[in-house]
Amino acid sequence: MSILVNKNSKVLVQGFTGTEGTFHASQMIEYGTQLVGGVTPGKGGTSHLDRRVFNTVADCVKETGADVSIIFVPPAFAADAIMEAADAGVGLIVCITEGIPVQDMVKVKNFIEGKNTRLIGPNCPGVITADECKVGIMPGFVFKKGRIGIVSKSGTLTYEAADQVAKAGLGISTAVGIGGDPIIGTPTKEAVELFMNDLETDAIVMIGEIGGGMEAEAAHWIRDNGNQKPVVGFIAGQTAPPGRRMGHAGAIVGGAEDTAAAKMKIMEECGIHVVQSPADIGITMAQLLKK
Amino acid sequence: MNLHEYQAKELLKKYGVPVQEGIAVSTPHDAEEAYRQIKTQYGSNFAVVKAQIHAGGRGKGKVRETGINGVKVVKSVDEVCEVSQKILGGTLVTIQTGEAGKVVNKVLIAQDMYYDGPSERKEFYLSILLDRSKGENVIMYSTEGGMDIEEVAHKTPEKIFKEWVYPAGLLQGYQARKIAFNLGLKGDAFKNMVKFVTNLYKAYLGLDASMLEINPLFKASDDKIVAVDCKMNLDDNALMRHPDLAAMRDVAEEDPTEVEAGKHNLNFVKLDGNVGCMVNGAGLAMATMDMIKLSGGEPANFLDVGGTANAQTVEAGFRIIMKDPKVKAILINIFGGIVRCDRVAQGVIDAYKNMGNIEIPIIVRLQGTNAEEAKKLIDESGLKVQSAILLSEAAQLVNKAVAAA
Repeated sequence: MSILVNKNSKVLVQGFTGTEGTFHASQMIEYGTQLVGGVTPGKGGTSHLDRRVFNTVADCVKETGADVSIIFVPPAFAADAIMEAADAGVGLIVCITEGIPVQDMVKVKNFIEGKNTRLIGPNCPGVITADECKVGIMPGFVFKKGRIGIVSKSGTLTYEAADQVAKAGLGISTAVGIGGDPIIGTPTKEAVELFMNDLETDAIVMIGEIGGGMEAEAAHWIRDNGNQKPVVGFIAGQTAPPGRRMGHAGAIVGGAEDTAAAKMKIMEECGIHVVQSPADIGITMAQLLKK
Repeated sequence: MNLHEYQAKELLKKYGVPVQEGIAVSTPHDAEEAYRQIKTQYGSNFAVVKAQIHAGGRGKGKVRETGINGVKVVKSVDEVCEVSQKILGGTLVTIQTGEAGKVVNKVLIAQDMYYDGPSERKEFYLSILLDRSKGENVIMYSTEGGMDIEEVAHKTPEKIFKEWVYPAGLLQGYQARKIAFNLGLKGDAFKNMVKFVTNLYKAYLGLDASMLEINPLFKASDDKIVAVDCKMNLDDNALMRHPDLAAMRDVAEEDPTEVEAGKHNLNFVKLDGNVGCMVNGAGLAMATMDMIKLSGGEPANFLDVGGTANAQTVEAGFRIIMKDPKVKAILINIFGGIVRCDRVAQGVIDAYKNMGNIEIPIIVRLQGTNAEEAKKLIDESGLKVQSAILLSEAAQLVNKAVAAA
């Protein structure tokens, strides 16, 4: 089970032959991901990393049966790449690219609505199901196999959480980096919902940051659905000044409701175990599960 | 990226959006010349001198040195000269600039729009921005223009209207008409408003703006609809396809240390505390700032060094953080994934040696790939650098450093 990806996932890479694509594709293959091919327009018919290269996503899907795509295309062309994958019927699209213009994402969001496809990201580290399948840029060894799900807006903070969970004697089922942009394909709530319905996940780490209303939406959903599994929550940016963009395009306090304090309060009210310090994520989870 | 009012207005005109016309100048002498031109062109003695800074509240704000407001109506050459002299080069303090204020390098000499005529003058409010929750652009507007819109939203939320635009197309005709009707317009003013908002939305999309605010959106006494003020933010991610817009950036408006950091591809935000930090990843960087605060310190900055934390980036980071004399300690927090910790550690050691004598305590927390080797490298380097592997250990070291400072 687990969520989104597993050992049966067949992954294709868009932007396969570029520097980033090449490096991370090799890492994914090394991890054990079933990487079945790649797409670089104009290089169709050649081979790269012992996999076939195709001109279009549709060709690649037809020939290889790929059902997941990971995108390493530069920001100016990334929206187009997502739409191409969606149009080719790819069920799960993971977009790593950082720096996509927001109006491009407005179009993308509209384009994929109603299609049988899920987008993770953009501006994210990807998805990993421990010991089965890595579709992303995260260091695989940090994610020890276990029964904790992680959903997070941030890359390195996800690794930090996974590492703390492992040091606390637990492990990870799947970790999902949903991305730090203002418009992303899978909001916190949807990732939480997948974990709540996953038989291989016992508890969830939910990491958010300042800006937007996704964490509050997820918290309300968790409460309204009866807090089925324990959730440990953290919001980065308690010390961030209002109106300033903190690295991620979406990490900006716009009003009274999207500060870290406001989000943490809502999460606590909805029965989530909120930690003040990022150093306490693993230990809090271990204590919760001991009870 | 923020734009000045005069730049935003120039851009709007290209999209057929009528604006209060004006000429931007940087000396009182040029201000006089601009006034003469405006006077000849529009046949009125009245004009407005408007300070150009990247902050709102200019009309009520005051120039610290001379006590004059940032926006002032004038009606003679002498007055233009006097007013621009008092504003230019001064520090304008508004509700949005904070105590420090902003130095005014340019004033806009603008035409007077409040002339008498057959119909009633009106001030409206209109802005276009992204609604993150819907993933669509929204036009927010109100009959209550010219004042603080947040106050209007708070006290009389029923006076704020919203119109969401279908993502695959432009603003539709019926939507533009709805906006004009809701603002209570008729006749020529109605037609002018429909055209105004239609073109304004085209400008918003065409310029890849992330926020466009017209306050006041003005109906003159001859039913003309014009943007008297305009606040425009552009999407930084989209500047790659607008080199002409990227060239309009005014670095004088930005924090010099942040500009310097940008040259080294470092993502830096200046804060007010006593503990500097250098982190890989934006989320972990914010989390590290929060941890500094919980350990009894105050973060002095946000700094994301990105995926490649090598000797050059670390050294650049050190130099930028240490420009601030208030910094009493620096915490480097790197989670090595693809980047190996021992390489980062070597980078820190090299940078430290290059810099000569660093007086303040440096705490390095390296976790992930080769963390143990990295700790050994630092511990055996003979430098006054403290190392940690766990985040909680790093927090304790920060706490000690702050207590000792």
